Amino acid sequence: MSIIESSLEAGSASTNTTLPAGEPWLGLIKAGQVMRIVDLEGNQAVDTLFYNAMDSAERYSANDTIRSQGNIYLTAGSKLISNCGNTLMTIVADTCGRHDTLGGACSAESNSVRYALNKRDMHSCRDSFLSALASNTYGLSKRDLSSNINFFMNVPVTPEGELQFADGISAAGRYVEMRAEMDVVVLISNCPQLNNPCNAYNPTPVQLLVWS
Amino acid sequence: MSGTTPDWVLWEESLRNGAHWSGVVRRGTTLRILALEVGANVSATFFNCEQPLERYNMADTLKAQHTAFLTKGHVCYSDMGRVLCSITEDTGGWNDTLCGVSNAGLVANKYGVSSFQKDRNAYYKNGEDSLLIELGKHGMGTRDLASTVNFFSKVKVDESGGLQFINGNTRINDYVDLRFEMHTLVVVSTCQHPLDSGPAYRPRAVHLTAWRSGPAPRNDLCRNLCEENQRGFYNTEVLYR
Repeated sequence: MSIIESSLEAGSASTNTTLPAGEPWLGLIKAGQVMRIVDLEGNQAVDTLFYNAMDSAERYSANDTIRSQGNIYLTAGSKLISNCGNTLMTIVADTCGRHDTLGGACSAESNSVRYALNKRDMHSCRDSFLSALASNTYGLSKRDLSSNINFFMNVPVTPEGELQFADGISAAGRYVEMRAEMDVVVLISNCPQLNNPCNAYNPTPVQLLVWS
Repeated sequence: MSGTTPDWVLWEESLRNGAHWSGVVRRGTTLRILALEVGANVSATFFNCEQPLERYNMADTLKAQHTAFLTKGHVCYSDMGRVLCSITEDTGGWNDTLCGVSNAGLVANKYGVSSFQKDRNAYYKNGEDSLLIELGKHGMGTRDLASTVNFFSKVKVDESGGLQFINGNTRINDYVDLRFEMHTLVVVSTCQHPLDSGPAYRPRAVHLTAWRSGPAPRNDLCRNLCEENQRGFYNTEVLYR
């Protein structure tokens, strides 16, 4: 785990917005711009996908990213690799220390499997993703939803191969910051999951900052 | 089919030279993947063949069963909360879900440059291009290619999250039996695992055999592995009522 702080000041950001729990965000981050996600109240999972803005068939690949860096956890220095082998973003600062890319996004259907058949009507990240994509101009649809990053989420894997959903290691005010290495479309769901500790059973807002 | 195929076999097929393959395997059919050589790897992904937008989902598979790898008793989930197939036998004990497949750049860097012009059918294939060729036969492409299961390959995760490829996890005649719970399009590449530490390009041969097994009985190991799987099988069976 590496804790790397940023030297950027919030006051100089060109975008500064608060995203409530259960809401999606779809935006364009241009090459060279820096995006910061702040876990305002602590232990809030932020489900995030990335696409090449010039050709959205090129997208974030969890498998290529973890294989390239030889490690399942993301932190400062991690390059977010596309399915074409290119770097979409580089994590340049991280005061949480570790982020997940195995746990994926919750959905009505996976909630029905994981918790109970009658949890199907609870709000979910994939519903948020699809809501954001319902009228998008990038041509994105369900086909483009593959394994995402869960910023601030703690999903350890044991040497025996067990995957756990553990209590978070984030806290109020911790942040992760990444630089776009190409023009990137970013799709976020601020996770509404109430059934496991990924949001400490209390989904809360996060802050999005972009510097040009 | 060979002349010695027993009556109970629906069909069989050998995959050599890093071959890729795709086909429909119906609910109630079991597909055996048999390793004919030490160190075999079979990268596979799965689609509901009646609605291919429904597909194998790595994260849903892992988190429902609290595992980072797959073996006997586990199932492969679609993104719609249903079970595409169940692992009813696995003599190797570990199938990698994390590492994806090789691509043209990786293969060229590890093994050198090869072409059909120079090497004829021994030319170097890679997992990504192989799977994309098979997807293309079914009207799909890059956007439809997500995670794979890398059958026979073992990659451990250490305390700090580091990946470690385990050499020689597969022995000759190791096999994995996949019982299909949905009508499924199976897409396969037999290229080497992307972390295969051997210095040479050397994909290993495997043999596929399919037979009618019927879907999961009530007392099935995979169905009853955990309460999550019981609900996953319920979701699946509703589709075929």
